[in-house]
Amino acid sequence: MEKEKHHIVAFPTYLWVLVGLIILTFLSVGITSIELGELTVAGALVIASVKTLLVLTYFMHLKFDKPYIRIMVGFVFAVFLVVIIITFFDYYYR
Amino acid sequence: MQAATPIPTDVSYLEYKGKYKGIFSWIFSTDHKRIALLYLYSMMVMFLVGVLLGLAMKLELIAPGKTIMEAKDYNAVFTVHGVIMIFMIVVPGLPAVFGNFLLPIMIGAKDVAFPKLNLLSWYIYVLGALLVIASVLFGNGTPDTGWTFYAPYSFKTGTNLLPAIFGAFVLGFSSILTGLNFIVTIHRMRAPGMTWTKMPLFPWTLYGTGWIQLLATPVVGITLVLVSLERIFGIGVFDPALGGDPILYQHLFWIYSHPAVYIMILPAMGAISEIIPTFAQKHVFGYRAIVASTLAIAFVGYFVWGHHMFTAGMSGTAQYTFSLLTFLVAIPSAIKVFNWISTMHQGSIRLETPFYWAASFIFVFMIGGLSGLVLGSLATDVYVHDTAFVVAHFHFIVFGGVGFAFFGAIHYWFPKMFGRMYDKGLANTGWIVFFIGFLALYAPMFYLGMKGMPRRYYDYLPEFHAANILSTLGSWVMAFGLVIILINLFRSAKHGPKADKNPWNGKTLEWTVPSPPPVENFAETPVYGEKDGPYEYQ
Ligand code: HEM
Ligand SMILES: [Cu+2]
Repeated sequence: MEKEKHHIVAFPTYLWVLVGLIILTFLSVGITSIELGELTVAGALVIASVKTLLVLTYFMHLKFDKPYIRIMVGFVFAVFLVVIIITFFDYYYR
Repeated sequence: MQAATPIPTDVSYLEYKGKYKGIFSWIFSTDHKRIALLYLYSMMVMFLVGVLLGLAMKLELIAPGKTIMEAKDYNAVFTVHGVIMIFMIVVPGLPAVFGNFLLPIMIGAKDVAFPKLNLLSWYIYVLGALLVIASVLFGNGTPDTGWTFYAPYSFKTGTNLLPAIFGAFVLGFSSILTGLNFIVTIHRMRAPGMTWTKMPLFPWTLYGTGWIQLLATPVVGITLVLVSLERIFGIGVFDPALGGDPILYQHLFWIYSHPAVYIMILPAMGAISEIIPTFAQKHVFGYRAIVASTLAIAFVGYFVWGHHMFTAGMSGTAQYTFSLLTFLVAIPSAIKVFNWISTMHQGSIRLETPFYWAASFIFVFMIGGLSGLVLGSLATDVYVHDTAFVVAHFHFIVFGGVGFAFFGAIHYWFPKMFGRMYDKGLANTGWIVFFIGFLALYAPMFYLGMKGMPRRYYDYLPEFHAANILSTLGSWVMAFGLVIILINLFRSAKHGPKADKNPWNGKTLEWTVPSPPPVENFAETPVYGEKDGPYEYQ
């Protein structure tokens, strides 16, 4: 355990990520004022996913950790995705 | 991170005097072994309450019509019984008690990765339990929805439901923290040389369980919050009158609660996988198959929740998808059964109490599992859904599975935990009485369900009378067995003869440390060599 190095992230990187997140937040509010119909929700979800990814990679250090942590997180998302898909086997075909 | 005074290696965790005295040396202790006992005692108290409620229901059902309580009291009793037994007993279950006590020792560590978080999870457990109790004692009427809190009734009932829901929510946090703690502990704190494939099977099942606790529990948390918001503000997510969908509630609830049944059963399977090789004095058969089936159960278990909703009005596509997936999840469970039986084959079996529990576990688990397949097939489930058949199924598998494994585990690890041995004659008597009572109590419910007796009613038609009498008598026999078991264990914890380090000739690491173990478990960190493994019998 002692031998492990902690990666130190440069301050500007964090700042840029923060700026990115703020812009995306405005975007996800902005998208509601455009008339997109059903796509509004999809759009908001895409933006939210991008934000999640940013937080995971930089703030939560996934980018700098060992690969197995990334695999675990990926796996969790895969399970989540499959759960959603199966739920729609009900709603879509009802 | 060093304590001011070094912690002695020759004082047992039961005698060690830390900073605090008396009861505070327990409730402020971050020692995983003391926390395990805190869980054991608090769960025992709640378990006894749950058992009494169960006996009350059976007494009510000894004859048709009103016997000892009104219909609405019966509804309250089965609700509180279910909430206690599920959220406070079998979900924390083996991980909270035996996982806490043994996981660090079995992998050669001094404690879990986050000892303070571990204590916090017990505090949260107590808080959740108090909230549920509050829902019984205060407000206008005890909750009467059943442990499943189905919409729309859960926001229509006038009873004091909010504290109970909130209690279940809080108990979920305790479960999440334990799961997280165990995952990190297993990843980071295994003894040098203990590779993944040399880790004993009980820690392996705790690992699988940890992932389910971590990923599934938040879903029920958010669902219960939504029900509360529906109750307080009428937000209309589940309320059909407001455009909501009550079936969505069932989806969300079972997305947690089906994986939760694997939170219950996986560690139970792990304990059985420890007990059987020890008493067969033989290397466990198919170590890798058991590990793989553990992970497979944890994984596939996420995708079968819909089998609780076959009659709820799901789409046909969803129905057969879930039915198919349900059949798949039965395969890894069967693999384990074959492995246990093959482990016994040509072993030199020692008939001790833990072995009796383990063998009867396999028996009741198979009945429970196979009846699950009856429920998992669409055509048959329509007939027995919401009948006594379902009640028989899940008691065979939850009480018969998790309960028997728990009793097996306590009789197996008791000498390690308390440093004393129990009276084996009494323990065997307790087991056989309990086992007979158990079968008499639950087997008739299969019959009753197939004859069409619905669950969750305080009354029934006259033709169901005979089987119900048998069932109630069984409940008394089982309770009597339980009393024998508990008295024996309590007395032996204080007065039993001193136990050796390794009374059963077990090969896992916990049998290499003194009984009861010293505070930091190992005087020297154990190292696994090339040839060492968890079950190396000659
Ligand atoms: C072979 C494996 C299993 C199969 C195929 C199976 C299948 C099912 C099905 C289809 C139901 C719903 C029946 C209905 O409501 O009509 C059910 C209910 C239930 N099962 Fe299982 N099951 C299996 C294993 C387990 C295990 C391992 C546990 C717990 C440790 C468990 C606990 C429960 C509980 C608690 C319920 C009732 C929930 C309620 O409605 O209150 N099952 N099972
Ligand atoms: Cu299920």
